[in-house]
Amino acid sequence: MTGLEVIGLNKAFGGLTVARDINITLAPGDRKALIGPNGAGKSTFTNLITGILEPTSGEIRLDGRDIGKLSEAQRVKAGIAKTFQITNLFKSLTVRDNLRLPLLERRGLTGRLIRRSDREGGVEDEVESLLSQFRLSDMGDRPVERLAYGQQRLVEMAMTLALKPRILILDEPAAGVPSSESPLIAEAISGLPQDLAVLVIEHDMALVFKVARRIVVLVSGAILTEGTPEEIAADARVRDLYLGASHG
Amino acid sequence: MKSLLPFALMALVAVVAFYAFPYNLAFLTRVVITMILVLSLDLLIGVTGIDTLGQAALYGTGAYAAGLFAVHVWADPVAGLLVGGLAGAVVAFVSGLLLMRTHGLTLLMLTIAVAEVFQELANKLDWLTGGADGLGGITMNPVFGTWQFDFIGQTGYIYAVCVLFIVTAILKVVIGSPFGLSLRGIKDSPARMRAIGTPVGRRRVAVYTLAGAVAGIAGALAAQSTALVSLSVYDFQVSAEAMIMLILGGTGRLWGALIGTAVFMAVHEVAASVDPFNWLFIIGFLVLAVVYAVPRGLIGLPEEIRRMVGRLK
Repeated sequence: MTGLEVIGLNKAFGGLTVARDINITLAPGDRKALIGPNGAGKSTFTNLITGILEPTSGEIRLDGRDIGKLSEAQRVKAGIAKTFQITNLFKSLTVRDNLRLPLLERRGLTGRLIRRSDREGGVEDEVESLLSQFRLSDMGDRPVERLAYGQQRLVEMAMTLALKPRILILDEPAAGVPSSESPLIAEAISGLPQDLAVLVIEHDMALVFKVARRIVVLVSGAILTEGTPEEIAADARVRDLYLGASHG
Repeated sequence: MKSLLPFALMALVAVVAFYAFPYNLAFLTRVVITMILVLSLDLLIGVTGIDTLGQAALYGTGAYAAGLFAVHVWADPVAGLLVGGLAGAVVAFVSGLLLMRTHGLTLLMLTIAVAEVFQELANKLDWLTGGADGLGGITMNPVFGTWQFDFIGQTGYIYAVCVLFIVTAILKVVIGSPFGLSLRGIKDSPARMRAIGTPVGRRRVAVYTLAGAVAGIAGALAAQSTALVSLSVYDFQVSAEAMIMLILGGTGRLWGALIGTAVFMAVHEVAASVDPFNWLFIIGFLVLAVVYAVPRGLIGLPEEIRRMVGRLK
């Protein structure tokens, strides 16, 4: 199939199993959310997909090709990109430079020693269009560390999008964002290219139900269930998980 | 145009120094050479965030390579510089393959160790390097076959200043390039650089190699201008003082490296002649004062003053 296919993925640290027989597919245009209580293994799953961790067993395929052996950087080149749970930007650099880096890297230009980094025509056009897509045009020349947190999250997303991924993993895109700025994030996610396959890992249920068309529930490293938002909302087990078993 | 202003200022200072201190040209030449060494360190510490205390390994190897080349092969100064730069780059590349896998304290310790290994090596290979007696007998040909090195050091000074200009200009271009931007990205967040697909390890080795070439050129200049290479080129003090000068001037913008070196060495020279026993005290006080009052180094001083004046109003 085209897109991402995860087949029977397992990961154990010694005796501790943190991912158990996970099967997930992510096709172009998908808007899936991965939810689960703390410690369910959401971050581990992300790290397995992006190549930070190596699975104990199982397969990860992109367009039918096994990418399980590729390094983190190689998987980015193959089209899998993720945003960071905690904002991880180049803080002392300007917003424009933050966007230039992935754009230059995508074109394989960051090894170049001559010509200024802000004189690459194609790159500059893309920088400006990303800035306007995420409504950051006014603050392009400001160092990222002087931006409000919600705006930093947008820069985070814009940077990841700059890699032109086909599979985009948004790791808690609204974490730490004040609720007043949360609609900004939802709006940005809705504005993502239609053919992109998006997996959102998020705690904020309001955001999940706004952007996801399918929801996967992860508990103790294994998939509990998968379904549409309506099905998930009606699922008693999921409600137990989030409300506690006490409601009867 | 604006980017040329600091270069014009640099040229002005170099010319004024030349006429103001006609009998101190040997000292001024040493300052200029040290500036090149500290620039190489700024590329690592200031731009890329690679903390190292082993710059002497690269500098010293450049010095020995240029000295040996002049004695045994060809006494042409410019060819010698290239040989010194190449030697520094080769040592940096080979040791970098190992060193650049480490970070923090481990890296600091290992870089010190590499310099020590080279010092011991130069000591043991005394049939080649002259060992503890140093490598003598270096007599350089005229620069470009035209300008003879004179005993007051006029040619040596102008030659060193020209090399400093070229090195600074090249590093400015490199820092402004996409490669340079990726180095600054690595300093801010190596994890994020990996996440956008940059091979961070290879980049670190590449910049270490480039810094090795620059430090090697500085070493070669030192060998050529003093006509002697001794084991002290590998001293820990070389690396440590270079780092202090860099912090004093301010990291990451090259100009800080130049200012820090000039101030440190000038104060050192004056203090040591005023009080030969307690000059270290004065240097220590200066560094403390700057680090405390202007954490970003002397290059941040104008901005700091502007802020203080603003607060008074």
